[in-house]
Amino acid sequence: MKPKFTPPESGKKRLTTSAMIASLASEGQATKPAPFGHALVEVARTRPEIIGMTADLGKYTDLHIFSQAYPDRFHQMGMAEQNLFGAASGLASEGFTVFATTYAVFASRRAYDFIHQTIAEEDRNVKIVCALPGLTSGYGPSHQAAEDLALFRAMPNMTVLDPCDALETEQITMALADHKGPAYMRLLRGQVPLVLDEYGYTFKMGKAQLLRDGKDALVISSGILTMRALEASKQLENDKISIGVLHVPTIKPLDVETIRREAAQTGRMVIVAENHTEIGGLGEAVARDLLLNGIAPVFKHIALPDEFLLAGALPTLHDRYGISTQAICASIKGWLG
Amino acid sequence: MADLSNLSLADRAYHIRRLAVRMGEVQGQGYIAQALDIADVLAVAYFHAMTYKADDPEWEGRDRFLLSNGHYAIALYAALIEATIIPEDELETYGSDDSRLPMSGMAQYTPGMEMSGGSLGIGLSIAVGKCLGLKRKGSSSRVYTLFSDGELDEGSVWEAIMSAAHYKLDNLIAIVDVNNMQADGPSTQMMSFEPLKEKLEAFGWYVQRINGNDIEAVQKAFDQAKSHPEAKPRMIIADTLMGKGVPFLEQRDKSHFIRVDAHEWQLALDALDAGRS
Repeated sequence: MKPKFTPPESGKKRLTTSAMIASLASEGQATKPAPFGHALVEVARTRPEIIGMTADLGKYTDLHIFSQAYPDRFHQMGMAEQNLFGAASGLASEGFTVFATTYAVFASRRAYDFIHQTIAEEDRNVKIVCALPGLTSGYGPSHQAAEDLALFRAMPNMTVLDPCDALETEQITMALADHKGPAYMRLLRGQVPLVLDEYGYTFKMGKAQLLRDGKDALVISSGILTMRALEASKQLENDKISIGVLHVPTIKPLDVETIRREAAQTGRMVIVAENHTEIGGLGEAVARDLLLNGIAPVFKHIALPDEFLLAGALPTLHDRYGISTQAICASIKGWLG
Repeated sequence: MADLSNLSLADRAYHIRRLAVRMGEVQGQGYIAQALDIADVLAVAYFHAMTYKADDPEWEGRDRFLLSNGHYAIALYAALIEATIIPEDELETYGSDDSRLPMSGMAQYTPGMEMSGGSLGIGLSIAVGKCLGLKRKGSSSRVYTLFSDGELDEGSVWEAIMSAAHYKLDNLIAIVDVNNMQADGPSTQMMSFEPLKEKLEAFGWYVQRINGNDIEAVQKAFDQAKSHPEAKPRMIIADTLMGKGVPFLEQRDKSHFIRVDAHEWQLALDALDAGRS
């Protein structure tokens, strides 16, 4: 889609791209700084085999917290993502657990074959932790990894994780230190919203968890769209609309038992909400499994369109592409009539 | 088993060539010319330079050998059979269903195969990680990495070359097989990479360029690569001849993936025998 250009008008301020790069938190929302970096420092205290590596994005993936704490357990590989993941595989083959970070676009698109061959196929203990997943940058397609989940889901032997908030990012980081084999985690960096503490939540690898129940519709979501779905469900209470939220942080392997059980409850619409292109992510994974098992609720999908997304300010883009809280509320109200 | 310990390196290279030709016959075609060109390098690697235990291919104290150019698996299997890491009778299964010897080398299939090659330009990056890991462990093991001149076209190879020098990986000995032939034609015509020695030296490596089919030169190059005092990664540029040792294959034009007529396999073995006398 060609962007629509609006000439400047004097005295009118627009939202800027950079203003919202640092945080996904809404105003006044509780946050925690660099949850991945701090959790990795913590878990590495008793795990000498943990090594950090990056390709010139340590500061932008919160790995600098780790490299400052353990400078001799960190490798800067320069701006070379293929070499980053090949070398991570080599280190893992010598018994180390490697956390390798970059942006999601570079891991999923530029270094895909290296990850496929040297990490997934060779079954190496490399944890790929990537900032700017889905639509979390206003820089345009160069930095928007709208298809990262589709690409990593399609890779055999790859565990795929999409945490919702700071709490879950910490817990997944801890879990990955114990996890054997390759994994991809979408990273929320900087000041990360704190949401799930309110729900007494504890991450369990491979498990979907019902965060709230509801009778009109069930939102099945991952990542920041779980945060948005929870906000939407609260707002919709005012309209007497009752929304359940099933959070699915492990995209692969998918917790199909829980998804089937919740989706099979009669009388409520199923809506999959994801910060990802409509192609190949959680929505298609859920739809396929439900169809294969004869479960056919009214099914809706909140996801990014199959387009090169626009540049701009993130709140504007999230509204435009239907993944802001307000847009989600509007969609659900429209579907429920 | 007969005591083969006093065989010369030339004997070893001859055996590796014969084993590779016999595997080629199983398929009727394949990467025979490369196996013949690299046999001398593999003989020196496995019977002079490297430390390993044939009965324990994953022994922690071993030197690692990475085959980046996975289609050279036929040559490495021959060396692994000669080194008694793989039983000789398995060569009949080369490239067949349910074999441990697939046509393109893979780590999880074959004892002694340290990486999954085949997607060219990957091996040196894995080597960089292994060398970093071995240094972290305080290990004196080395990482030998064979790759082909065609792989020099891949940008990732130069990423690895830069990083190996950056990290002063003196436990890395890379060997590039310059046989000047890749899939579409002569490597130097596909994409110019000369002057290769000067380029690699400028990238911070200790570089030797030798005739890779002169077994004494190969032996000397491996010795110097091991003993060189500078904290630099080591590169051996091995100029080789496709089909070496079988004159009618040396003269073939299209030698990247050759088809050999049924009656020619015996002629190839005969030519190898004739070359020894």
